[in-house]
Amino acid sequence: MFSAEVIQMLIKGIGETLYMTLVSTLFGYLFGLPMGILLTISDREGIKPNVILYKILDIFANIVRSVPFLILLIVLIPLARFIVGKSYGSSATIVSLAAAAIPYIARMVESSLREVDAGVIEAARSMGASTFTIVTKVMLVEARTSLIVGVTISLGTILGYSAMAGTLGGGGLGDIAIRYGYYRYEAGIMAVTVILLILLVQIFQTVGMKLSVHLDKRK
Amino acid sequence: MAQIEVRHLSKTFTSKDVKVNALKDINLEIEQGDIYGIIGMSGAGKSTLVRCLNYLEKPTVGEVWVEGKELGGMLEKELLKQRKDIAMIFQHFNLLMQKNVVDNVSFPLLIQGVKKKEARKRAKELLGIVGLEEKALAYPAQLSGGQKQRVAIARALASDPRILLCDEATSALDPQTTASILELLKDINNRFGITIVIITHQMSVIRKICSHVAIMSLGEIKERGRVDEIFSHPKTKEARELILKDTEGEGPVNLAKPQERLMEAKKIRIVFSENSSFEPVIANMVLKTGRPVNILRADTKNVGGIAKGEMILGLPDDKNLQQEIEDYIRERGLEIEEVTGDV
Repeated sequence: MFSAEVIQMLIKGIGETLYMTLVSTLFGYLFGLPMGILLTISDREGIKPNVILYKILDIFANIVRSVPFLILLIVLIPLARFIVGKSYGSSATIVSLAAAAIPYIARMVESSLREVDAGVIEAARSMGASTFTIVTKVMLVEARTSLIVGVTISLGTILGYSAMAGTLGGGGLGDIAIRYGYYRYEAGIMAVTVILLILLVQIFQTVGMKLSVHLDKRK
Repeated sequence: MAQIEVRHLSKTFTSKDVKVNALKDINLEIEQGDIYGIIGMSGAGKSTLVRCLNYLEKPTVGEVWVEGKELGGMLEKELLKQRKDIAMIFQHFNLLMQKNVVDNVSFPLLIQGVKKKEARKRAKELLGIVGLEEKALAYPAQLSGGQKQRVAIARALASDPRILLCDEATSALDPQTTASILELLKDINNRFGITIVIITHQMSVIRKICSHVAIMSLGEIKERGRVDEIFSHPKTKEARELILKDTEGEGPVNLAKPQERLMEAKKIRIVFSENSSFEPVIANMVLKTGRPVNILRADTKNVGGIAKGEMILGLPDDKNLQQEIEDYIRERGLEIEEVTGDV
């Protein structure tokens, strides 16, 4: 029912959406994971309490998370231009997506790591494990199922954000939905893009959950 | 100098404006090869004390000397190294749930930089000591409580410690499993000469394996010494209470059993109110009837501030005599109730 051109466009859209989502999530974790770890261990009840560091990270995370994504997208245009050389398109969107994702991911990581049994951490301390060892060999390992669930949820959220970025010329399926579906009243194309977005989220979710269940040895 | 010496140790927890003195001027000497029990009710401060022995908790005041070195004077790095010699096991085992048994046991070795292959080999030997070789590839979730504690013990032994701290290590286990874990600890103490410090609230644990005991209450050590001496000559109220509690569990009820069988024709329960306690009812009754009765159980309870006595008597076979005794007791205004089955 669609012309080859439209199909071509949709395939390109899927590619762009996947590119934006995956790369943003990757960068989000590159910074969000350490930030989540620092939030967990610098907390008053953590293994390396540091009130000042915790407060700074805590406030930073809250500020970024309370700015509406669209505003953040606009505010970060200069940064995007500085990093990728232009202010529109998928690559430019990744900058804002990752920036918005970092505190979100940090909070997800923090909540996963907090679930780790304090007793196991204490046992590791009693063996003479350093803070670094406790983080890498105990906390991240014990929390891995929960962390993977976190990745799954983050992917879904970032995919949703990437579609929103379409309104500002970010590319991807969201862009197509807005331009064709909304501005040109082509309901068919809009429906298809929405279905494709749902399918993508569905796939991420299923794969993530399967993986986390498979890796969970607590049953 | 003793292997572990605690001098004038105090620990105060401060949260918001509330100060809690968890430990008050604790002094303790533990010799190489001792099995040293520290007993007290929950909240007595024993768990805090044992954590001061490896500096998981830093004392507010005082010193902890382990093998001639003061832990408080150590740098963080030295302290981490020192902990290799002081292993610890816990009430809830604290195993890595996402790692299998052999990797759990290897863990302390990996921390110390031992090669993975070598660590695994040593871990398998240790699993032999605790009798769990065949569970090497199982995950903790697939093990029973007793097995988990055995894994924890193997893990504790991995770094060749000279001291083993046990924090309520048997409190989450049933009596049989407790006995087998205590047996294992005793065996380890014998075979490797490892000093064991046991934190518990069960006097039976102290009685079964400890050579020495310190009795704690409200952050203070009330009494300490050899277990046999404290059991035979407890000096403080706290010690007497704990010893009394210990015998309660398995004592009088069992002792009464053989006699019960001899004269179990009829059992009655008498309840004494406050008035009746003045007259020696049972003694007078025995004098009057000229026949002995068997006291199967006697107990005084504080019910709403009034002392209530309860006694269970085993009556002689003779029906007439039974009637006579019951009448006598009723005349004295006491209530009688026949008891069937187990007392």
